[in-house]
Amino acid sequence: MKNVLLICQKELKGYFASPIAYILMAFFALIFGFGFYTATRDMVRFSFQAQMSGQPMTMNVNEQIIRPLLGFASTVALFLIPMITMRTFAEEKNRGTIELLLTSPVTDTEIILGKWLGAMLLYLCVLAMSMINVAMLFAWGKPDLQPVLVAYLGLILQGGCLLGVGVFISTTTKNQIIAGGVTFFVCLLLWLLSWFTAFDSSVSAQVVNYLSIVTHFDNFSKGVLDSKDVVFYLSMIFFSLFITSRAMESLRWRA
Amino acid sequence: MIKVEGLTKRYARTVAVDNISFEVEKGQIVGFLGPNGAGKTTTMRVLTCFLPPTSGKANVAGYDVLANPMEVKKRIGYLPETPPVYPEMEVAEYLNFTGQLKGISSGDIKRRVDEVLGRCAIGDVRSKLIGKLSKGYRQRVGLAQAIIHNPDVLILDEPTSGLDPKQIIEIRELLKSLAGDHTIILSTHILSEVEHSCERVIIISRGKLVAIDSVANLTNRLRGSEAVALEVDISDGRPNAGDVQQRLEQVSGVSRVLMKESKNGRLQFEVESLQGRQIRSDLARTVVNAGWNLSELRAVGLSLEDIFLQLTTGEQKDQPKTEGAVQ
Repeated sequence: MKNVLLICQKELKGYFASPIAYILMAFFALIFGFGFYTATRDMVRFSFQAQMSGQPMTMNVNEQIIRPLLGFASTVALFLIPMITMRTFAEEKNRGTIELLLTSPVTDTEIILGKWLGAMLLYLCVLAMSMINVAMLFAWGKPDLQPVLVAYLGLILQGGCLLGVGVFISTTTKNQIIAGGVTFFVCLLLWLLSWFTAFDSSVSAQVVNYLSIVTHFDNFSKGVLDSKDVVFYLSMIFFSLFITSRAMESLRWRA
Repeated sequence: MIKVEGLTKRYARTVAVDNISFEVEKGQIVGFLGPNGAGKTTTMRVLTCFLPPTSGKANVAGYDVLANPMEVKKRIGYLPETPPVYPEMEVAEYLNFTGQLKGISSGDIKRRVDEVLGRCAIGDVRSKLIGKLSKGYRQRVGLAQAIIHNPDVLILDEPTSGLDPKQIIEIRELLKSLAGDHTIILSTHILSEVEHSCERVIIISRGKLVAIDSVANLTNRLRGSEAVALEVDISDGRPNAGDVQQRLEQVSGVSRVLMKESKNGRLQFEVESLQGRQIRSDLARTVVNAGWNLSELRAVGLSLEDIFLQLTTGEQKDQPKTEGAVQ
């Protein structure tokens, strides 16, 4: 455990010593802020129109701003994750520092967990940027807290899976660009699959739909905490980190 | 301290290390010598548990590298060819990290960092970013990382590459001061390196072990005496090899006669003299007096350099090979 934290701390330092952490946070804050602006403006406009026409509509901040906004955030995260994970192992291999890690008295599992945890913490920092805007809603509106928390939990779990997949992909190459590119492609594919299978009820579509990491976020964004989805995410995280450790093992034997 | 038995490491298509066996005793400094691509780095990587061996056994500090990698890792310090440093870290911060990674408790870490900073003469750059350091400094930071947890065994892959002459001398001094408590294996392709700092030499070439001996033995044996390459024409089938060898051995001052090979009707010998004896003219006279055709006779200069080259550069048929203390 001590080693996991040590490596995690080193990873975080690595992220924040380079511009990448700041770029990701700024980028996410900008995009999320833009989404926030559009969603709030539309809501305000609709509510004005409704009042003018004399047909007051029930407006719900949760339904009309927070839910689409956090759904949007989950999609944006898909594209940020490759940039977080691409360096995890590829950079160590490229610099030769992997020899230091693998010849130190730490287990592969500790290294992988440390790196994944470091990536996770940076991802949380990036997500935290969205709280600036969400906090405004709480300051000037009365949204329900519970669905917001559930949606954030969903974002965190979905991010954890994708970070796991990204870390795995990073172990397979020493080129960061390739690691990032492939992870990006996988994320893109998941996103597209969720579109294609959304209105298809065939068995194969259902299977793909179930396995697609993205679709499990839907319930969370609605504020529904379904243990099925939580279990799915947790087992995906475990599985991705497990194949990462297998990949490291096989790398040693093949190298 | 280190025991390697029949170690083989095969990559997809090539055999990097082929059935190597050797032993290193506690407190020794051993030079691992070989041209580029000989398998030095691979052997070291197996010893450090970075790569598993394809077959054979490697035992470091009493633990098998396959069965007990954790115990082995605790007891080794390893400096790879390129120092494994993080350019975005400061020197002291890096040593702090690696020290803790190697299991130094947080109470001891500060003292250990200060100690190795001093030992490797990098105290003046302790709060500089490693990325801004010159190659020589980076190398020393790498070395500091290897010794920070006071390991029983130090494995150093070309520790002096990229250093200036003064730094090389400093590193040599440092290594000598470390020997005794620590067992050190260092690889190099520079011979003077071995002559200066090692007690024993392991020479490998193309994955095969070519020689193990003490430096003193290798040099003494081959420097004080004279070696002569001698070739007798036997195309008319007259003298047989045994006769010639016997006759040559009787020449005064000869310590050893080695029959090298017989081809194209020529017999090749290598004759070594006793310390300080000139034997060339006597040899020539002996052969001619016996009525044989002497077709070549020349002195072979034998420096460690030559031994190394000859041992490691495959078959050069027309040159006599030197058997050091070989195979």
